[in-house]
Amino acid sequence: MGKSTFLGGIHPYEGKKLTMDKPTTVLLPKGDLVFPMSQHIGAPAKPIVAVGDHVLVGQKIGEAGGFISSNIISSVSGSVKAIEKRLVVSGKLEESIVIENDHEYKTVEGYGTKRDYTKMSKDEIRGAVKEAGIVGLGGAGFPTNVKLAPKDENAIDFVVVNGAECEPYLTSDYRMMMEEPEKIVGGLKIMLRLFDHAKGIIAIEDNKPEAIEKFKQLTSSEERIEVQALKTKYPQGGERQLVYVTTGRKLNSKKLPADVGCVVDNVATVAAIYMAVARSTPLTNRIVTISGDAVTNPQNFNVPIGTDFGEIVEAAGGFKAQPEKIVFGGPMMGMAMYTYHIPVTKTTSSLVSFLQDEAAVEESPCIRCGRCIEHCPLQLAPVQLAKAAAHNDEEGFVSMDGLECCGCGCCSYVCPAKIGLTQKIMQTRNQILANRKKAK
Amino acid sequence: MNDLFHVSAAPHARSPITTRNIMQDVVIALLPASLFGIYNFGIRALSVILTTILACTVTEYVYCRLMKKQVNPADYSDVVTGLLLALNLPVSIPLWMAALGGVFAILIVKMLYGGLGQNFMNPALAARVFLLISFPGQMTNFAVEKISSPTALDYINNGAVAVVDSVSGVTPLAAVKAGETVDLFRMFVGNHAGTIGETSALALLLGAGYLLYRKVISLRIPLTYIVSVVIFALLFGGHGLDANYLLGQVLGGGLILGAFYMATDYVTSPASHKGQIIYGIFLGVLTGIFRIVGKSVEGVSYAIVIGNLVVPLIDKVTRPVSFGKERAKVEK
Repeated sequence: MGKSTFLGGIHPYEGKKLTMDKPTTVLLPKGDLVFPMSQHIGAPAKPIVAVGDHVLVGQKIGEAGGFISSNIISSVSGSVKAIEKRLVVSGKLEESIVIENDHEYKTVEGYGTKRDYTKMSKDEIRGAVKEAGIVGLGGAGFPTNVKLAPKDENAIDFVVVNGAECEPYLTSDYRMMMEEPEKIVGGLKIMLRLFDHAKGIIAIEDNKPEAIEKFKQLTSSEERIEVQALKTKYPQGGERQLVYVTTGRKLNSKKLPADVGCVVDNVATVAAIYMAVARSTPLTNRIVTISGDAVTNPQNFNVPIGTDFGEIVEAAGGFKAQPEKIVFGGPMMGMAMYTYHIPVTKTTSSLVSFLQDEAAVEESPCIRCGRCIEHCPLQLAPVQLAKAAAHNDEEGFVSMDGLECCGCGCCSYVCPAKIGLTQKIMQTRNQILANRKKAK
Repeated sequence: MNDLFHVSAAPHARSPITTRNIMQDVVIALLPASLFGIYNFGIRALSVILTTILACTVTEYVYCRLMKKQVNPADYSDVVTGLLLALNLPVSIPLWMAALGGVFAILIVKMLYGGLGQNFMNPALAARVFLLISFPGQMTNFAVEKISSPTALDYINNGAVAVVDSVSGVTPLAAVKAGETVDLFRMFVGNHAGTIGETSALALLLGAGYLLYRKVISLRIPLTYIVSVVIFALLFGGHGLDANYLLGQVLGGGLILGAFYMATDYVTSPASHKGQIIYGIFLGVLTGIFRIVGKSVEGVSYAIVIGNLVVPLIDKVTRPVSFGKERAKVEK
């Protein structure tokens, strides 16, 4: 069923050695914490606290604003200082709750209580995940409780745990797999309780042999769980590539994994499910990688969500030289920002700093080498899509499946003429999708 | 404001491969064949090579200046064109003709159609065909008047005398066509008549190996091209399974040079894998027709130039089906 690998893809410089073998440092922030109300796909959450209120660790401060939305949980105790627009990683100003840290980290009642999930009903489990404010921590931020409630739960054949971590430099998932693998296995067992006919697959790229070995040992007596080593290749952790390689099933942009009988979640998300259900601990912390050639002591930190990245950079010894570029997320799909004074959100897995900006190169004419086509993991023709985009040829763009593009960046990466193909394609794609939404 | 960092769209990583180092690789790959050409045909070969390269680079530079276009930062594509053109010319060609070929390649075939990446024919081959039509006598005169004095290597290999008369006016492929048996080893090494760069399969394959190793080219086009020529010759050549005849077809007439260095030109070959295989077969059949059915002895240049013209069509019908989708059915 599974495949050895997918077509296309690239092997960029990994950069994982900088941080992968260093243990995660727990960091308690000193300054204010900022909680944007939109840290997920879907409607923003609504603040349910007012300025001056005292809040505790684990307290819900934002209520999900719709079906596809998520709660926001405080990761700190202190008082609400302001509810105002604050800068987030996308460069937008988002409504945020600012909490002044009282440094006591007092928790709400019942926080951390052990629960026997085998005695919980499916709805209780989903309810706990929803209350905990869990979303896809791999970066997409899709509300997990929605994912766990597909139309037909008996049609789910596979629960795939994504431990590929194919983005260069990032090791936060790897550290989680090395340090807290029991939580991931526990989370998967909880998920398998929701889907009676499903098999669990823990999928890890083969550049992490120690993690693979660890999970094989931990799950040796689990009949419903299998560990699969994946060939290391970017974007192996992409949903469509991962589902294809683990199950042999193909997704396109119009299908959800559930449509082909799969539920896919990142390892950190699965661990968060375990914490929420079995330990009554909502999503308040995450591991972030601070890496790149400009940072003094690259490493992973376990931080409360809402912590200012500036504090984490400081804890990593600051920058040894002025970086030219700072990227939140991996270098392939992450977002560059002009400042690093933004809060850690549920979906920001890292800060990668570069002394030199590789992408700051001039474009030269296309020499039709075909590398973009050869390396596109979705078998698109990026150069032709970019041409259609340049000519505002929406019809041609759509007929060549431009809307399928997942923005993985392989085409821009391999282009010898250094043409920003991904950007041109994604811009047109997003515009077409936005116009369609408007027309509805 | 040096507190602000660069902002740009993802991805933020770029591969180290650039147009410039791809072109450099092609030049490096052509060095063995060029050096052998100079060794085989004497120092005049070097002056032909320098003439065409100079003609190409100067034409490109002057055109860009006159048209007030940005002069391309040395991407070496003009050097590649010049070098390939020289390797496709007989050593006895008057230098002004070689220069004219270089001007034609860059000005007419490349720049007037929009410069790098926009030409629909391989500039070097189009120029060769232009010269063949304009000056058929000089372009097919493979007799060499003056051979450089024999070197030590000559004595070791064949004795100097053999070198001199090996480079007589008759190309081995012409001999093959006439039904003669040819010395395959000599064809492979390249001690025979022909254009400057086409004679030594050994030197050409050495360079091709380098390009394959560097992943600048793949085997898809060259292999299907050469195999198709062999199959065509086997079926219609009238010699059946005659190894001497078939290998003579492969080693002669610039097929190796054309298949590895010119049919693989990115700009004028199909982009998809499937398209490249179709293209290779198309070139092979066309070359076979020219060589066996037609009167011409060679045919590689014509086949590739005509093949160039069908590339947009091949590209159109071989666009890959995107992941997770079936090919759209034609609606009635």
